[in-house]
Amino acid sequence: MEQDITIKITDREGVTHKVLAPTDMAMNLMEVVRSYELAPEGTIGICGGMAMCASCQCYVVSDTELPEMQDDEEAMLSEAFYVKGNSRLGCQIHITKELEGLEVELAPES
Amino acid sequence: MIKTDILIIGAGPTGLFAVFEAGLLKLKCHLIDALPQPGGQCSEIYPKKPIYDIPGFPEVLAGDLTTNLLEQCKQFEPGFTLGERAETIEKQKDGSFIVTTNKGTKHQAPVVAIAGGLGSFEPRKPLIDNISSFEGNGVEYFIKDPEMYRNKRVVISGGGDSALDWSIFLSDIASEVTLIHRRNEFRGALDSVDKVQELKNLGKINLVTPAEVINIVGHHEVEAVVVAQSKNIEKEFEIECDHFIPLFGLSPKLGPIGNWGLEIEKNAIVVNNALDYQTNIPGIFAIGDVNIYPGKLKLILCGFHEATLMCQAAYQIINPGKKYVLKYTTVSGVNGFDGTRKEAPKQVIKAID
Repeated sequence: MEQDITIKITDREGVTHKVLAPTDMAMNLMEVVRSYELAPEGTIGICGGMAMCASCQCYVVSDTELPEMQDDEEAMLSEAFYVKGNSRLGCQIHITKELEGLEVELAPES
Repeated sequence: MIKTDILIIGAGPTGLFAVFEAGLLKLKCHLIDALPQPGGQCSEIYPKKPIYDIPGFPEVLAGDLTTNLLEQCKQFEPGFTLGERAETIEKQKDGSFIVTTNKGTKHQAPVVAIAGGLGSFEPRKPLIDNISSFEGNGVEYFIKDPEMYRNKRVVISGGGDSALDWSIFLSDIASEVTLIHRRNEFRGALDSVDKVQELKNLGKINLVTPAEVINIVGHHEVEAVVVAQSKNIEKEFEIECDHFIPLFGLSPKLGPIGNWGLEIEKNAIVVNNALDYQTNIPGIFAIGDVNIYPGKLKLILCGFHEATLMCQAAYQIINPGKKYVLKYTTVSGVNGFDGTRKEAPKQVIKAID
């Protein structure tokens, strides 16, 4: 489908998956991970996507320009573990055409 | 030994509504939950967030939904074992089950309904090497009895509501409260943030930000924590204290239920959704987010439906062969175990002259 974009997601075991993500279904990166079952259910998206649990933390590896971090995401990351400079919450990254080629790595479960 | 008709594991919305449905069938319930309060995720993760897909409620706060469900089921006098995690289950010769918690509390019931959501909430422990050796010796991840902090020196770390609220609460009890967070900004209700600011200005809370606890010092018991004052500044110092309370939220784990011999798929319990949400072990049901079947949706409203059908099946197990017809609450009213009765007002029959 032309409204799909291709992104690369490296799961917690280190395996990289190249997946198609729709841009017209109001999906976020956490939901893409769940829809492809790249992390076991119950270990990602626990709060449902409210930036309230950090279970969808990922590291952005590509230099894709991402929407700026909002206060709640920043605050949640400041309480999370294994946080790096390129950490983001997957649930706060909405899938848009601009994210074509995005590459991320899922942070360890905590 | 606590004895009941339906033992419900998990006091979230699905478990609480099961109490009501069971009560209509004159079945008594007891609930076990690892959290210190009922409501599950609704009270632990997002009490102040709205939900828009509860039928009949265009908008309801998760915390209010919990309050309402407790109010709705209270005449059926549910028992609660809170702050304890269901650990083991043993089937008895008479077909009933004995469930024992991590604190050793025993419960016996002919029917067990697992309404455990994503599992029991376990504290997220900060990555401090020696922290586990101080657990129970000055390191606590939950505050169960605030009195144990009376006249003690307490260090709390975290940046959310619980870190703020407990700092405020303990500032009246403890001799010293220090709140440590990696940032200057806190993620909590505005009035909590304002209150901490006020207590800081009054000198009742020591605020150390941006900073992080990186080590614990002590012989068997906590004597101090080592604090790093932000990554950029090479500055470490110790804060003497009797208790260190890291409050970094909770993460759910299916936990011991996973070893009960139940069929598990994708961290959830497989049930028969064509009939009654029973698991592969007769007498054990799984309802709400904790179960899985083809087409499963993890929605509160689906949990309500599953709880209702489970109660009907439980009735058959507990009263084999006994006749029963579905009654509407509007027609029959609700007879509480506490002697109360709710009923629709009688129709007015009056002549018009």
